[in-house]
Amino acid sequence: MENNYLSYYLLLSALLFSIGLAIVIVKRNIIVVLMGIELMLNAVNLNLVAFSKNDPNLQGQMFALFVMVVAVCEAVVALAITLKAFEHFKTVNLDRINELKK
Amino acid sequence: MINFIFLFFFLLIAISAIVVLWSRNVLYSAFSLLVTFLGISALYVMAGADFVAVTQILIYVGGILVLLIFGVMLTNKGDRKTDDKNDILTESRNRFWGILVAIGLFTLLFYTFSGADFAGIHRQNFGDNEQSLSSVKGVGVQLMTEFVLPFEITGILLMVALIGSAYLASSRKSDD
Repeated sequence: MENNYLSYYLLLSALLFSIGLAIVIVKRNIIVVLMGIELMLNAVNLNLVAFSKNDPNLQGQMFALFVMVVAVCEAVVALAITLKAFEHFKTVNLDRINELKK
Repeated sequence: MINFIFLFFFLLIAISAIVVLWSRNVLYSAFSLLVTFLGISALYVMAGADFVAVTQILIYVGGILVLLIFGVMLTNKGDRKTDDKNDILTESRNRFWGILVAIGLFTLLFYTFSGADFAGIHRQNFGDNEQSLSSVKGVGVQLMTEFVLPFEITGILLMVALIGSAYLASSRKSDD
């Protein structure tokens, strides 16, 4: 395992980030949009871990761990909001959830 | 040998991520996202980050993905217009522009890091410190020394998210 794997990690990370962005733009279901956001966060984590591979201080890995914690918080709060929105609008289609207040 | 394993996981992650984008069925997307997360944790292991890999499996596969599937379950009662048996389908919009923006971003990123030179990172910046086989001890030491303040703030953040989401998702009939 030499350092030339780094560019492949970067390639995969860019690919995952682009796919996540495409999912967020294209899909209209809130749950699937959340999946796209998780995919983007994972791409960032992959970059951080790949760069911290030979770092004795493990800074990239620590940052990846904190990113994971924030991702969990984001997913939990987003799902709670999704449940309330579903209760109110009876749909999870983002095009039909289009008003803040009645 | 290690090249083939790396290539296998690389293709696994790429294909399953594309399936997440391609599939119309929400549950198929969720399950191929599972494959993506597992493959990414395998790549973490190959990058020498075993603690992060196990945390990835615990948090993403065991936590977030189960939460997403619960979300699919809780937000799909009633309004089923199609005659598909049990499929939970998602609609898509802006398909052309979305894919175009994604391809443009990928091209930009690829152009950026293909022009960069990472060859000097290993030797120059970090020297020849031989890393131990496992990164668990290093992560623990770092958490308790240099990153102790973010670690504690993370605890507060988790508690805030817990209380906030429990409050949001609770059904309160009185003020509605």
